[in-house]
Amino acid sequence: MADAAPAIELKGISKSFGPVQANKDISFKVMPGTIHGIIGENGAGKSTLMSILYGFYKADAGEITIHGTPIDITDSQTAIRAGIGMVFQHFKLVPNFTVLENVVLGAEDSGLLRPSLARARRELKALAEEYELNVDPDAVVEDIGVGMQQRVEILKALYRQADILILDEPTGVLTPAEADHLFRILGNLKDQGKTVILITHKLREIMEATDAVSVMRRGEMIETVTTAGTNPTELAELMVGRTVLLQVDKTPATPGAPVLQVSDLKVEHDGVARVKGVSFEVRAGEILGIAGVAGNGQSELLEVLGGYRPATGRATVNGVDLPLSGRGADGRSRRDAGIAHVPEDRQSEGLVMEFAAWENVGFGYHHTDRYSRGTLMDHAALKADCAAKMERFDVRPPNPNLLAKNFSGGNQQKIVVAREMECDPDLLLVGQPTRGVDIGAIEFIHQQIVALRDAGKAVLLVSVELDEILSLSDRVAVMFDGRIMGERQASETNERELGLLMAGITDTDAPHSEAEIEANLARRSASAEKEA
Amino acid sequence: MDLATILQVLDTTVRLATPLLFACLAGLFSERAGIVDIGLEGKMLAAAFLSAAIAAVTGSVWIGLSAGIVGALSMSAIHGLASITFRGNQLISGVAINFLAQGLTVVIAQSWFNQGGRTPALAGGARFHSITLPGAEALREVPVLGPIYYELISGHSILVYVALLCVPLSWWVLQRTRFGLRLRAVGENPAAVDTAGVSVERLRYAAVMICGVLTGFAGAYLATGLQAGFVRDMTAGRGYIALAALIFAKWRPWAALWATLLFGFLQALSLRPDVLEGVLRIDVSSQLLDALPYILTVVILAGFVGRAIPPRAGGEPYVKER
Amino acid sequence: MQKMPQWADVLLIPLVSLILAAFFSAVVILAIGENPWEALKIMVEGALGSTYGWGYTLYYATNFIFTGLAVAVANHAKMFNIGGEGQAVMGGLGVALVCLYIPFPHWTLALLAAAATAAVFGAAWAAIPALLQAKRGSHIVITTIMFNFIAASLLNYFLIGPLKADGMEPATARFPEAARLPTFQDMFSSPDNPLFRGAPANVAFFVAILACIAVWLLIWRSRLGYEIRSFGWSEPAARYAGISPVRIIMLTMLISGGLAGMMAINNVMGEAERLVLNSAEGAGFIGIAVALMGRSHPLGVFLAAVLFGFLYQGGAELSLWTGIPRDMVVVIQALVILFTGALDNMVRMPLERVFSTLRRAPKPDSKSTTARTAE
Repeated sequence: MADAAPAIELKGISKSFGPVQANKDISFKVMPGTIHGIIGENGAGKSTLMSILYGFYKADAGEITIHGTPIDITDSQTAIRAGIGMVFQHFKLVPNFTVLENVVLGAEDSGLLRPSLARARRELKALAEEYELNVDPDAVVEDIGVGMQQRVEILKALYRQADILILDEPTGVLTPAEADHLFRILGNLKDQGKTVILITHKLREIMEATDAVSVMRRGEMIETVTTAGTNPTELAELMVGRTVLLQVDKTPATPGAPVLQVSDLKVEHDGVARVKGVSFEVRAGEILGIAGVAGNGQSELLEVLGGYRPATGRATVNGVDLPLSGRGADGRSRRDAGIAHVPEDRQSEGLVMEFAAWENVGFGYHHTDRYSRGTLMDHAALKADCAAKMERFDVRPPNPNLLAKNFSGGNQQKIVVAREMECDPDLLLVGQPTRGVDIGAIEFIHQQIVALRDAGKAVLLVSVELDEILSLSDRVAVMFDGRIMGERQASETNERELGLLMAGITDTDAPHSEAEIEANLARRSASAEKEA
Repeated sequence: MDLATILQVLDTTVRLATPLLFACLAGLFSERAGIVDIGLEGKMLAAAFLSAAIAAVTGSVWIGLSAGIVGALSMSAIHGLASITFRGNQLISGVAINFLAQGLTVVIAQSWFNQGGRTPALAGGARFHSITLPGAEALREVPVLGPIYYELISGHSILVYVALLCVPLSWWVLQRTRFGLRLRAVGENPAAVDTAGVSVERLRYAAVMICGVLTGFAGAYLATGLQAGFVRDMTAGRGYIALAALIFAKWRPWAALWATLLFGFLQALSLRPDVLEGVLRIDVSSQLLDALPYILTVVILAGFVGRAIPPRAGGEPYVKER
Repeated sequence: MQKMPQWADVLLIPLVSLILAAFFSAVVILAIGENPWEALKIMVEGALGSTYGWGYTLYYATNFIFTGLAVAVANHAKMFNIGGEGQAVMGGLGVALVCLYIPFPHWTLALLAAAATAAVFGAAWAAIPALLQAKRGSHIVITTIMFNFIAASLLNYFLIGPLKADGMEPATARFPEAARLPTFQDMFSSPDNPLFRGAPANVAFFVAILACIAVWLLIWRSRLGYEIRSFGWSEPAARYAGISPVRIIMLTMLISGGLAGMMAINNVMGEAERLVLNSAEGAGFIGIAVALMGRSHPLGVFLAAVLFGFLYQGGAELSLWTGIPRDMVVVIQALVILFTGALDNMVRMPLERVFSTLRRAPKPDSKSTTARTAE
C-alpha cells in the first residue's frame, strides 16, 4: 500500500477571487482506498480547493496528479473522465426530473434518450445492490427526502465510473441516523477500493469516519495527520490556530414568568402542512433551543413568530395575543411587541447586502423615532448609532459606509445581532446564529446570547447544529415533520437521545434498529409527497 | 351563421395563429433553457423586413425567407451576448432589441426603397402562396367535410404547415433527445448541467439560436405570406401575445398550439365585427375589438386560467457560486 | 472591497456606453450612405445653435424627465415599468378632460388641476398591472406593454367618438385660452430681444425640475424611499423587516404612473393645446433609456433627458436636411438601452480589470516596504 502512487496529489495550488486569496500554495496527498478528511473553518478554502479538483474553477498556479499521472483539469468533463466524482453541499439536481434522468444527464450514450435511460436503469439496480444505495429510479427528485437526494448524487458519480469521490459537508442536512447510514455507504465504497474525500467542519465525523485528515486554515494547508494519531482538541487548535473553548461558559438558568406562549400553531404552504400544531413556552431568563434537521418546520415557526408567514393557532407575548395572519401579522408589529429576530438567512433577510452598514443598522426599526423624523429618515442618527454598535460588537472594519456585502460572514452576523439585541427586546428569536461564521465570531455571538438571557430576556434558538443547541440551550425541544417530538432539559439529555427524536422516534429509551429509523424517515417524505 | 362564415373565420384563425405559433415555440425553446425573451417582437420585425426586402430585390421568397432568418438570428446573437456571455438583464436586452428592430427596419427601408419605411409590394415568386393539398379540389363538393378540407385544411401557404409540424417536432426534441434533456435541465438548474461537465453557455446559445430561426419563420410569414410586403411596426405586439400564449401553455408545445389558435381566433374575430355582432346582437366598437387580444393577454397573465410555474432558472444569468 | 471608485461607476461607465452607442449609430448612418460627422453638425446646430433649438430640446427633455423619472422610481423597487407610454397617453386624456370642461380663471389653477388629474390618470393606468403583479404575480413587463396597446385603443375611441371636435381629424377641440401655459418665449422674451420664438418649451419644464427634486427626496431621504430600495434589493429582507410587498409595489407603481402621466402637462397642455392621436410619440419608451443612462438617479435622469431632447430635436432637423429618417432616434435609443442596460457588464468588466491592475501595480513595492505603505 505504501508503494502505491497517491490517488490524488496536489502541489502548490493557489487560487484568488479578485483581491481574496482562497487557496495559498496548497500541497497534499490522498492515498488510494482511504477515507481522507479535510477539515477547516468556514472560509478556510476547503470547498474552493475541491472545486478546483473537480474542474469547476481553474487554479491560478500549481499542479494536480491523479494516480501518478499529471493532469490538467480544465473543466468538469476532464475531472469526470479522470474518475473524480463530487457531491456538492448544495445538491446539483434538477428538481422536476426523475432520479433516472438526473443520473443520465450529461452522461448520455447517444442523441436519443431511451437507450441511455434503459442502461442507467440496469446499472442503478446493480449499484443499489452493491452499495446499499436504494433509490426509486422513477421518483421525481423534488418529491424525495434530502437523504435520498444525496444518494442520487452519489449514484450520479458512480454511474460516471468515479473512483475518487469527494463529499462537501455531506451531513449538514442529515439526521444522525442518516449520517451513520451515509458513513456505512462510504465504508462500502472504501472496501471496493474507492477513494473518498470528506470535507467537513465537524470534528466528530472526522474522528469516526476517516483514515487521515488534512487541516486547512485561512486558505492554507496546515497539516495532514493520521486520524488514529490525533484527537479532537488538537484538530480544533490546528483549525483555529489557538486554543478554543469547545464549551460555552454559562451558569444555570433562573427562569422567570413565561414570555412567549405558543399553542397549537399550524402552518400550511401551497397546500402542504409544514407545522402541524406545536405548543411550547419560553420563560424570561431562559434559552429554549429547537433542534431538528433542516426542513422539519423550524424555519416556518421562526417566520411565523417574526411576523412574515401566516399561521393558525395562538401565540402570546407577555400575555398579549400576536396576530398570526392578516392585519398586524407583520415584522413591524412584532418589533413593536418587543420581539427581536436574528433571521436564519442574513444574506437575503437580515441584511440588505447592497445597503451600507449604517442603512442596515436601522433595518426593521426604521419607522421608530430613533431613526426617522416625520416621513424622512434621520441619516445622522443612523450613522452615529452604527459607529457605536460597530465599536461595542467589534465589527471589522468599523466603517459604517461600507456596503454590507463587503463584510465577512461573521461581521455581517455581528451587525444583525447588534441591531436586534440593542433594541432591548423581551423575546429574541435566533435562527442559525453561527452559520457561515468563523470561530472567533461564534464565541462572541454565543456570549452575547447568554448575556441577554442573564439579563432576564427570553430566547428562542433554532439551529440545525446539535452541538450549538446542546451547549447554548437551557431546554431543548426537537422538531420532526412539523411537530415537537419531545422536550428535554439540556443538562439531562445527549446526542443519541436527541438524534432519535430528530428521526421522529419518541420512546428514546428502547433500542432502535437503523432500519426502523430509516423507515420512519421514509414515511415522513412519503407523507409530504402525498400532501403536495 | 352558415358553415361558410364559420370556415372563413377559422381559416383566418389558422393564418393569424401561424406567426404566433412560430414565435411561441421560439420563446418556448429560449425560456425552457432559462433565457427569458421579451425580444420576440423585435426578432420577428427584423425578419419580416429583411425577408420582404430581399424577396423584393431578388424576386425569390426562399432567399427572402433565408435572409429573414439571418436577420432574426443576428438579433438572437445580440440577446445571447447580453444575457449569456455578459450576464446582463434579459428583460432590458429584449426591450433594446425590440427598439433596435423597430428603428433599424424603418431607417433602412426608407433609405433603401424610399417608400415611407415600407418595402415594395411583393408579387409572384416573391411571396408565399397558398398550396392546394392533394384531393382538395376533388373532394370539394362532398357535403360538410369537403369544404372543411378545402377551405380550412388545404389552401394555406407552406409555412403554415411547417409551423404545425414544428409542434410535434418540438415536443419530440424536448422530451426524447439528449439535447432536449439538457436544454430542459439548463432552464431548471444550470448548476446541475455545469457539474455534469456540459457547457451551460453552449446549450443556452443553441436555444437562443433556435429561437432566432423560429422567429425568422414567424417574421417571414408575416411579410411574405400573410401580407405582401413590410410595413413599419407590422408585428403589432404579436411577440408579446406569443409570450402570453407561452405562459398560458405552461411552456409546453402542444398547449402552445391551442393557446396560439385561441389568440388567432380572437384576432380573426376582430377582423369580422359583423360576425360578432350577428352572434351577440349588440354593437361592438372596433377599438374594443382591436384591444381584445391585448385584454385577453392580461386576463391570462392574471392567472385567471390557472397558475403557471415558469422554468426555475428563467431570467437569471448563470454564475458559478462562490 | 470596492472594485472601482465611485466616480467611475457613476460617470465613466455611462460615458463609455454612450460612446459605444454613438459609434454604432455612426455606423448605421454610414451604412445608409450619409455622413455621420455632417449629421452631428446638423444636430448640434439645429438643437443647440439657437434659442429656438434649445426651446425644442428642452421641450422634449421635459417629456423625457417625466417618463425617465417614472421608470427610475419603479427601477428602485426592481419593477420594470414599460407602460410609461400608455400612462402618458392616459395622462393626456385626463388633461384634455380638465382643460376642455372646466373653465379656469387663470393658467396657474389650470396647471395645478391638470397636473393632478394627469397624475391620477397615469397612476390609475399603472394601478391595474401593479395590482396584478402584487396579488397574482403577473409579469408586470408584459402587462404594462399590453396596457400601452389598450391605452392606444382607448384614446382612439375617445378621439373619433365622444371627444372628437368638428372636422376630419381625430382630435379634441383646442383648449380654451385660460388653460394656455406660458412658453419660454412668453417668459424670457422682450420686444427688443426675442428669444425661443415659436418653440414649445414652457413652464412645465420647471415642474419637471421640481419633480426631479421631489423624487430625489423620495428615494434617498424619505422612509418610503428607504423601504422601496430595500424591497428592490431583496424582497425577503423587506418582508422580514415588516415592509409589505403589496404596499410597496402599489405605491411605487402609482408614483411611477403618476409621473409618466404628468408628462401630459407638457406635450398636451403646453404644446399641442389639444389631444391628438399618438400624443405621447414614444416618449414613454425613451424614459427607459433615460432612466438606464441616468442610473435611476434624478440628476442623471435630468442630464440624460436633456441629451435625448437634443437627439430628438437634432433628429427632427436631420430628417429635414438629410436622408436620415427620424426613426434614427429610435435606433440610438435602442443602442443606449443595449449598452447602458443589457451590456453593462461588457463595459464594466474590462474597466474593473483596469482599475484593479492600477490598484495592484504598486503592490510589489509595498511588500518590501510594508511599514511605509500609504494609499
